[in-house]
Amino acid sequence: MKISQVAEILKARVLTGEDKLDYEVHSACGSDMMSDVLAYVKDQGVLLSGLINVQVIRTLLMMDMNCVVFVRGKTPPAGIVDFAEENGVVVLQTDLPMYESCGRLYAAGLGRSTEAVCDDYADGTESADGADHE
Amino acid sequence: MSEALHYHFDVDGASFANAGRASVETKKLLRQLGVAPEVIRSISVAMYEGEINMVIHAHGGDADVYITEDTIIIILKDVGPGIRNVEEAMKEGFSTAPENIRALGFGAGMGLPNMKRYSDEMHIDTKVGVGTTIELWYHLKKN
Repeated sequence: MKISQVAEILKARVLTGEDKLDYEVHSACGSDMMSDVLAYVKDQGVLLSGLINVQVIRTLLMMDMNCVVFVRGKTPPAGIVDFAEENGVVVLQTDLPMYESCGRLYAAGLGRSTEAVCDDYADGTESADGADHE
Repeated sequence: MSEALHYHFDVDGASFANAGRASVETKKLLRQLGVAPEVIRSISVAMYEGEINMVIHAHGGDADVYITEDTIIIILKDVGPGIRNVEEAMKEGFSTAPENIRALGFGAGMGLPNMKRYSDEMHIDTKVGVGTTIELWYHLKKN
């Protein structure tokens, strides 16, 4: 899916990265816990988050992700958008809440980040085990 | 290349907003050196978690990166409070980070486990009241 489609599905505003809307993304992850993103995300894609500090952008950079969607209409401080722009990260902003944002993208066919984690959540075992099976 | 390349970074403990700067810089360096992307990502994540820990718990410290032909070693050294119980700290979900750090997206008790997960070897040398030094080792595969 192209980032432009992500923006369209989420009725999102593009805060920076207009020139990169043609980039393809293959997965998405919704989290406010950056440590969990660092632990579990395997396929680099879109991060949806309600957290709006600079560490969200750094986490993306560490994970080679190139697009963040700030949900619930949260407006990041200008410095964060500038930092994202300097580092080639696309920043989108949607008024939709996290749950609906994820649901819409999932329904539109954007893949899951880590099968193992989802399976672990589904059968109620410790989510922490997910990444250790490999 | 028998001589190790060495890069040093001061990890500024005064501001949470600065945590991760050394990791971002290191990532750029490793890219320029042509290190494999998967290795770069592992190093970035582990070092980033380490930096965050240093800022949260130890008022910053020193980050040193040593690169030879077959090994990359990251040494994170602080003079913070030390880790009281390393075994406990290695458990996923165990955290002593204050609540305000959780609101910033960290402090979920994933720092040390993530560092272990994203390194080939991790060595922790810590003493309560003295400080902590963590070495992260990466063995580069020959093509």
